[in-house]
Amino acid sequence: MEYFVQQLINGLTLGSIYGLIAIGYTMVYGIIGMINFAHGDIFMVGSFIALATFLILTTVFGFVFLPVILLIVLIVAMLFTSAWGWTVERLAYRPLRGSFRLAPLITAIGMSIVLQNFVQVTQGARNKPIPPQIQGGVTIMEGVTENGPIAVQLSYMQMIIIVTTLVLMIGFTLLINRTPLGRAQRACEQDRKMAALLGVNVDRTISLTFVMGAALASVAGLMFLLLYGVIDFYIGFLAGVKAFTAAVLGGIGSLPGAMLGGLLIGLIEVFWSGYFTIEYKDVAAFSILAIVLIFLPSGLLGKPEVEKV
Amino acid sequence: MVSASQSAATAAAPMPGAPRNWDVNPVLTVEHLTMRFGGLVAVNDLSFNVGRGDITALIGPNGAGKTTVFNCVTGFYKPTEGRTVMRHGDGLLQDLVEEVTAGGLRSVQMGDRAVFLLERMPDFEISHHARVARTFQNIRLFGGMTVLENLMVAQHNVLMKASVFTIGGLLGLPRYRIAEKAAREKAVYWLERTRLIDRADDPAADLPYGDQRRLEIARAMCTEPHLLCLDEPAAGLNPRESQELNALLQFIRAEHGTSILLIEHDMGVVMEISDHVVVLDYGVKIADGDADHVKNDPKVIAAYLGVEDEDEIDIPEVKKDLSTAGKPAGQDGGVA
Repeated sequence: MEYFVQQLINGLTLGSIYGLIAIGYTMVYGIIGMINFAHGDIFMVGSFIALATFLILTTVFGFVFLPVILLIVLIVAMLFTSAWGWTVERLAYRPLRGSFRLAPLITAIGMSIVLQNFVQVTQGARNKPIPPQIQGGVTIMEGVTENGPIAVQLSYMQMIIIVTTLVLMIGFTLLINRTPLGRAQRACEQDRKMAALLGVNVDRTISLTFVMGAALASVAGLMFLLLYGVIDFYIGFLAGVKAFTAAVLGGIGSLPGAMLGGLLIGLIEVFWSGYFTIEYKDVAAFSILAIVLIFLPSGLLGKPEVEKV
Repeated sequence: MVSASQSAATAAAPMPGAPRNWDVNPVLTVEHLTMRFGGLVAVNDLSFNVGRGDITALIGPNGAGKTTVFNCVTGFYKPTEGRTVMRHGDGLLQDLVEEVTAGGLRSVQMGDRAVFLLERMPDFEISHHARVARTFQNIRLFGGMTVLENLMVAQHNVLMKASVFTIGGLLGLPRYRIAEKAAREKAVYWLERTRLIDRADDPAADLPYGDQRRLEIARAMCTEPHLLCLDEPAAGLNPRESQELNALLQFIRAEHGTSILLIEHDMGVVMEISDHVVVLDYGVKIADGDADHVKNDPKVIAAYLGVEDEDEIDIPEVKKDLSTAGKPAGQDGGVA
């Protein structure tokens, strides 16, 4: 039981990170119907920006109070990563809008390679570690198993990740449902041309969608950095594929679906590694995806596309 | 305004001493509009005016190029050639028109008078600045959003400004709350006018066809247009709904001073409410005048009935058939 709860906590933490990245995939797909394969690398860039900001603050300016450092890192990472997201859309995707269907997909893959190599060249290919920043936690359960005593730990880091994700999700849901920008995004999802004829600046709405996705990805990047303490230029690939899987599992185009998909992928991975073998955790995650898609082709929360005749 | 009974049936040339509203006070001027798709000329050198405060009908047989004209005016297509001038403020505003054309500008504003060259403007600015709104023949609502939300999207720019690009909306600033409330009130006003208030929170796609048509008009009116372009608003409506539509359009014109340009096949609607009728055939204008004038134009009769030679049209039954089209809706005009 204790072991199960511990795995549940770990799974939710990992799933939160996947979910935050998955939102970027699902929003962009919703509004322009393309898979932004560079999004995983935007997440990677976000974590590098967080790392750089962190190092500058601690070594150059000598900040020591951790909450302030983290807050500044968070804001800087969100701003700069958003700028990256905006630039990628502006340079690589907007000129190809209205081109044939595969064109944006191919540029997205190109953009992904560009970002990876750019970071590899400028930051070096080696792992970038930082010492663990947030240590400790609370013990919420204790028990004894056949292997000896076990204590269920909820670390402060995990708490921060889960709470931050929750806060972001609530804010984000409000933004989509209650604000004019959110309404414009939903309108553009359904009929971009009609939205334009009602005075909505569609290009700007699309740009802002990329900006929002990138901002959330940078938060995920910062969390990844703090949780694992080590990043490299290649982390965007696997995290991106996982988050994309999460978005598809939840129903691509659906925001709650992306979050749910993220949590599920996180849980599947963690439980599989906890109870079976860690080597096959990715296989497990992708198999579940395949099985779900066979029975629910539009994902768990996705709306099936109804062709009106 | 020129009423249908006022002018003689023969006015091919402008009548001396009786300048018509669309010539002296046009809200929209289409000049030498040409639209080619590859080798196909959909609209060829078309010029006409839409009078301020008038209800202008654009009619013609299927494939005459009516919807193409709409698409050019509302920024859906970029016309191959031609100039489309939208005016805010009375009169021809000739000085402003020349200034904006010569200066290579999109628009020029002077006090409360303004001139816009629609063919130079991106689509979202045509609604936002030039204030031209339109509806579609095949209804284009945001089906997954509620009826009320459809009307709120139409007020996007006002709300975006009030919310300081959404940030204020998230924080719930008072300024945004006031703007949001005003937008909601305007939406409710139009929902009441179109008798959709009971369906405000239903997804737009769930409404019956006739209601969807009215919702599209309500949505267009929420952008506060100076010119409302309606593409076959009566298509698929039953006679009672068609009557209601006439009343709604006349209400819009009378209460809001909105000029209306409509494409219509239902001759009952056209003849009853139009001040001005422009007839297209094969992308070319074949007649232009008030309803009585157009109805008796042999070219128009020929175009609708497919007669080669205009002289052949002197058949009493045919003329009678066309003139019944002037009666209130419900009777089939026989020319659709």
